[in-house]
Amino acid sequence: MPESSLATLATLLTKHRQELLTAWSQLQEQDLSIRNNLLKPGELDQQTREFLDAFVKALAADSSGDVMRSESWAPVRELVASISRSRARQGFTPSETATFVFSLKQPLFNMLKQSLSADQLAEQIWATSALLDDIGLYAAETYQKGREEIISRQQQELMELSTPVVQLWEGVLALPLIGTLDSARTQVVMESLLQAIVDTGSSIAIIDITGVPVVDTLVAQHLLKTVAAARLMGADCIISGIRPQIAQTIVHLGVEINDVPTKATLADAFAIALTRMGLAVVRRVRRTGAAE
Amino acid sequence: MRTTKTEVISVRNAPEVVGVRHAVRKCAVELGFSLVEQTKIVTAASELARNMIDYGGGGTVTLELLDDGIRRGLRLIFEDTGPGIPDVEAALRDGFTTGSGMGLGLGGARRLSNDFQIQTAPGEGTRITIARWKGSS
Amino acid sequence: MERIPILKMGRFLLVSIQVDMDDRTAMTLQDDLTAQIVKHRATGVLIDISSLDVVDSFIGRMLANTAAMARILDADTVVVGMQPSVAITLVELGLSLKGVRSALNVERGMDLLRSIARTDAYESEQLDADHED
Repeated sequence: MPESSLATLATLLTKHRQELLTAWSQLQEQDLSIRNNLLKPGELDQQTREFLDAFVKALAADSSGDVMRSESWAPVRELVASISRSRARQGFTPSETATFVFSLKQPLFNMLKQSLSADQLAEQIWATSALLDDIGLYAAETYQKGREEIISRQQQELMELSTPVVQLWEGVLALPLIGTLDSARTQVVMESLLQAIVDTGSSIAIIDITGVPVVDTLVAQHLLKTVAAARLMGADCIISGIRPQIAQTIVHLGVEINDVPTKATLADAFAIALTRMGLAVVRRVRRTGAAE
Repeated sequence: MRTTKTEVISVRNAPEVVGVRHAVRKCAVELGFSLVEQTKIVTAASELARNMIDYGGGGTVTLELLDDGIRRGLRLIFEDTGPGIPDVEAALRDGFTTGSGMGLGLGGARRLSNDFQIQTAPGEGTRITIARWKGSS
Repeated sequence: MERIPILKMGRFLLVSIQVDMDDRTAMTLQDDLTAQIVKHRATGVLIDISSLDVVDSFIGRMLANTAAMARILDADTVVVGMQPSVAITLVELGLSLKGVRSALNVERGMDLLRSIARTDAYESEQLDADHED
């Protein structure tokens, strides 16, 4: 990007700033009239003003036009990223968000037409257009990332919600796993279990896999790693609900499950847990009501 | 691939390992790593930093924050001008001891990282690069 | 260099590791601990690592070695308060901390040490009873 063109642009912008701001604002209002109810009143004005200010400042400080890497352009990048993210949250489309930047072209070109001669104009428009293209694309990119962050956060929350840890008794936790386990979900689940062990001060955790139809090597390894981690922390695990099919798979896969206690049902595991803790369940005899 | 930030730290003695851990932790937090992800890369860094002091005569760690448009990550480059590692395969095998027991350090750091690369030769120093990406573990 | 304080709690000793350890601190701790075990005829050692958010293989080896030293001096060691992310990382690292028992916190750790002592006493009684036959 020719340095002199952008330096010229910087000078012109500083000179005609107010008119440009007005022209751009008006243009945006026309385009966004349908979507304006998504933005808070005055929000568009503020974003427009802030962007123009940052844009002019950056251009004056660094006329190389290296928008993506130059330190002087960092404030513009951050501003665009934050506008993108908020537009993503507000439900705008990526195009609408990038248009915020592209819409500056028209008033900018008008200003250039009025201030420059014909031969300067072509080069200037090219340089300016390329600059705004870079910024607009950056807006679209950060919009995308904003969406991805939202989606991944929702996925995380969903995973955590669907794997509750249950306290069966003081010191005894149960983790009933249901459905197919993939690597990501298993990890989330295991981390929740370990945290629950700390939070409740439990020394025994029963991992019940009755509701898990398939166990592959990766899942089996995660399970064993969790058992090992719990042991390092001072809690013991019992795995319950292993169906015949899964027992066969485990042996065929060569997974070393030997030193982890296993029980057929959650109930059996709970009984073992109570015994280990020196507790017993006792039947109370009902008083007949006869006088003492 | 964009490198959004780079930092170089010199590691010459044991107290400086703490500095490395703090710097790595800070970057990991900045990238939004989960607690487990943070702990893994900080621990891997601690292993490699200690190795560098014990066997490499000290060196430098370069921290790079990465962004390839889809994922964000942290890359660490450990470089020393020490004697180099003569048998990398053996060193990677756990509990390995040449009489200069690197123990679990090298293999451990590899297991704790998403990416692992090592360049070394006797008399030519050692350069180990590890990276961890957000949301990958 | 920091000297890690050792608290006496009955027949047990409690060590709380809160700072980063280097070779010197580790060696000093082991010196102090072994001396105290002998001096107070301690039967158990509790190492509280609840403040550590990173445990690498150096610290792991130090813990295992300390427990081994204590064992030779007839004291059991329990490591308490390991944070979940540290535990997950240690498993991934491949560190097993063999010979080191663990408990969730100091209180549980003491319960564990007491129950080991009871088991030892029981087994010792059994041996005596066998000999009397």
